[in-house]
Amino acid sequence: MQAFTRHQGLVVPLDRPNVDTDQIIPKQFLKSIRRTGFGVNLFDEWRYLDRGEPGQDPVQRVPNPDFVLNQPRYRGASVLLARRNFGCGSSREHAPWAIAEFGLRAVVAPSFADIFYNNCFKNGILPVVLEESVVEALFQAVAAQPGYQLVIDLAEQLVVLADGSAQHFEVDAFRKQCLLHGWDDIGLTLRHADEIRDFEALRLRRFPWLARDLSA
Amino acid sequence: MVVARTLYDKLWDEHVVRVEPDGTALLYIDRHLVHEVTSPQAFEGLRVAGRKPWRAGSVVATADHNTPTRGWERGLDGVADATSRAQISALDANIRAFGAAAYFPFLDRRQGIVHVVGPEQGATLPGMTLVCGDSHTSTHGALGALAFGIGTSEVEHVLATQTLLARKSKNMLVRVEGAFGPGVGTKDLALALIGRIGTAGGTGYTIEFAGAAIRDASIEARMTLCNMAIEAGARAGLVAVDERTLEYVRGRPMAPRGPDWQLALEHWKTLHSDPGALYDRLVQMDAAGIEPQVSWGTSPEMVVAIGGAVPDPETESDPVRRLGIERALQYMGLRPRTPIEAIAIDKVFIGSCTNSRIEDLRAAARILQGRHVADSVKLAMVVPGSGLVKAQAQTEGLDRIFVQAGFEWREPGCSMCLGMNEDHLEPGERCASTSNRNFEGRQGPGGRTHLVSPVMAAAAAVAGRFVDVRKLLS
Repeated sequence: MQAFTRHQGLVVPLDRPNVDTDQIIPKQFLKSIRRTGFGVNLFDEWRYLDRGEPGQDPVQRVPNPDFVLNQPRYRGASVLLARRNFGCGSSREHAPWAIAEFGLRAVVAPSFADIFYNNCFKNGILPVVLEESVVEALFQAVAAQPGYQLVIDLAEQLVVLADGSAQHFEVDAFRKQCLLHGWDDIGLTLRHADEIRDFEALRLRRFPWLARDLSA
Repeated sequence: MVVARTLYDKLWDEHVVRVEPDGTALLYIDRHLVHEVTSPQAFEGLRVAGRKPWRAGSVVATADHNTPTRGWERGLDGVADATSRAQISALDANIRAFGAAAYFPFLDRRQGIVHVVGPEQGATLPGMTLVCGDSHTSTHGALGALAFGIGTSEVEHVLATQTLLARKSKNMLVRVEGAFGPGVGTKDLALALIGRIGTAGGTGYTIEFAGAAIRDASIEARMTLCNMAIEAGARAGLVAVDERTLEYVRGRPMAPRGPDWQLALEHWKTLHSDPGALYDRLVQMDAAGIEPQVSWGTSPEMVVAIGGAVPDPETESDPVRRLGIERALQYMGLRPRTPIEAIAIDKVFIGSCTNSRIEDLRAAARILQGRHVADSVKLAMVVPGSGLVKAQAQTEGLDRIFVQAGFEWREPGCSMCLGMNEDHLEPGERCASTSNRNFEGRQGPGGRTHLVSPVMAAAAAVAGRFVDVRKLLS
């Protein structure tokens, strides 16, 4: 997994509450059995005027000029500014895959849905929760100042605004370490394989039916 | 003194293998449900790393999201879309390679929606931790299991380690006293609750449902409620184990038997919150006060009672919410203050992991008996939750009632809940749907979804618009 330490990038605002994962990556693209290829279909139904189907040539698509990601001033943005409850709905990890592949490294919002928040950390994306009033001020600043950038420092847990002021954000210590180092969760967990095996042996002895299969 | 614990506390404590200093726990997972859409990349990850499943016997798999609801006689060739076919085949290959306790592939008579099949087969049992790469895994909490949806990286993590890295959530109690009126049930309760606390109201919580209305509810009705916990933002919903739970589980193919059953009962009877257990948040509701609900917007919290009307954004003082209402009305093609009963529909979908079980079909069929779908309705369809639900319905003659009323009687699967297969709405089409999400484009690009209960969907089919089903009850 790509590590996240300190990132400076252009901010693109997505001014809608409750953006769900069906919007982030519509279902027709979930038929893929790969982890890649989703970035071009990020926010497909908002981003394009024609109907999105798997396997289309991106050059032939008709971009929606009104959608924020298509506006020239936000080209190359790597920080998404969003409203409350971002990422609600389906557990599809295709949503953070699409976000990462598009080139976004962080999402800043007043709140996130749990599963999406969790999935971000598995894919090198930092979800940052800031106070609603701070997010509101950021929306205004981004609208007023073309080229508005943020610095996000995970080690210090700080978002540094363009005016030099800084906002602290919370992140669990364990997730923070994993993301700072780009560690693979499975490798980490398997260091405790003996503990898991002991726990499991006791549990299956106490509740033997948990290990039944259909043929038993 | 023994600390009084909630049901969630008990289930959590029982499964913690170890805890990091910051509170991140390694949680042992008893049951892993797998389907074709969120698993291929996880199996591929195992393959690339040269890993094997930790305990393949914990895996129960079925294909549901992508499978067609017609043309089964043509077998896999009946799956028109090549990428869908590849995904279904990939699940076959992965289960063959990595193993499972049980697999109900496409075309198997027990195949169906993973959240219908799990409880039906006794693969879901009280006291289990259960995960699946699908947010509606909260459904299984109805049986007193700690169940939640996970992402694909976590699917791989559970396959490889039998554990999940998780942090304990807060406890919310939703206590529902009183009794539902005729024509009203747990779908209406779920929608009314989400309307009240919002789609983020349960974020960071596990919601336990309790009170007289829950005790009196069937297990299937409890599943409908726990299913929708995620639409309130809660990853897990729970109901305490009681006699109804035990009665439901007894004799299921994967349920314990003989001496194991007695052993299981001893444990399962402890699976309830202790008197005096503390919750971080309490929400009280009165079942008798709940009316049939209809969603009007593009989020499940945008919902009103059938006698109500579409809201007027002008009356909303919060600017973010006002903009949300305006966008939703524009997408839904609705004007402010339109009475719900004045909204005409194009299609009706009865199905999904929320409402496709036998009781749902019975309830809808009772409304449709001797009636017919309105001429203005282009398509009304029933998609049973599993092959066994379908067979049971046919034994009871429900299929004939649906077909005589003008419904199509399809093969099981997720179908038009998310429209991954060919069942979807065309742009601008309006649907009365018993599913769980009314997001933009959920049932098809440009499609307009109104969430309702099975009886309300049946009533809407007959009238060609939303009506109060209570007017049709004899």
